[in-house]
Amino acid sequence: MFFAAPALPLDEAGKYVAGAYVVFLALILIYVAIMAAKLVRIDRELTELAEEDDR
Amino acid sequence: MYSKGLAPLAAATAVVLTAALVLVFFYAPLDADQGFVQKIFYIHVPMAIVALCGWVAGGIFAIRHLRSGDASWDLRSYVAIHLSIILGLGVLITGSIWARASWGHWWVWDEPVLVSFLVTFLLYCVYYPLRFAIEDPERQARYSSVFAIAAGAFVPLNFTAVRLAQAYTHPRVLSETGGTMPGEMRLTFYVTLIGMVLLFVTLWKLELTAKHASMQLKRLRRQRAERREAVAA
Repeated sequence: MFFAAPALPLDEAGKYVAGAYVVFLALILIYVAIMAAKLVRIDRELTELAEEDDR
Repeated sequence: MYSKGLAPLAAATAVVLTAALVLVFFYAPLDADQGFVQKIFYIHVPMAIVALCGWVAGGIFAIRHLRSGDASWDLRSYVAIHLSIILGLGVLITGSIWARASWGHWWVWDEPVLVSFLVTFLLYCVYYPLRFAIEDPERQARYSSVFAIAAGAFVPLNFTAVRLAQAYTHPRVLSETGGTMPGEMRLTFYVTLIGMVLLFVTLWKLELTAKHASMQLKRLRRQRAERREAVAA
């Protein structure tokens, strides 16, 4: 059982709000970083393939 | 193939999400009951809506895959489900933070909305082991599509069941009749929702592009190896 609590003061509420937005940002950044690493690997392999063809 | 329009889409996503953040922190009024903590609503609810829609979209793409036999629809379905799981994780974490700030608990087991979302999230976590336990690509795509359709049908059913149990759920802030949100809050919410939809579509296209490039590279390597073998013979 839980009850509606009174609104938290701004200094205390701020850390929860910041936490939620940081979680969202971190998820997106980690995802984009993983995708970037994948794209870099594809680019490197393509370059290797092209170099092998040139030889 | 999948990268068409990706750059303007990414730019639009950045603009709308920036505008949404400005609206959230400088335009939307403070909630009379919850105060500043209610700002979590603007990130938590759009993420949940987009995650649920992404799972349903995954099911629709899976239907197209089974009907056409075209593997690209399976790829679309996989990426939509994968992205929705990431957003789903965000929903659970931000929901937990909101619950802690509002109710003093990180998780409340007798709250149907929270628990039903967790059940849906865990259901989709099964998708990965199911998909990657099958080596044959054709069987993998077919079995994954069947799962995506069944689970995709579960999402709206689950949502409807929770809505029908209104008496036991937390107050609705959005409804067909307008809900209880004032105009500024509603505008901010809709802009955030549009930003989240754009973000989902951008990341979906980005991952599809990367996966397609990776598949093309593998195909090129295979063709080269076959040519070499033919020359050697």
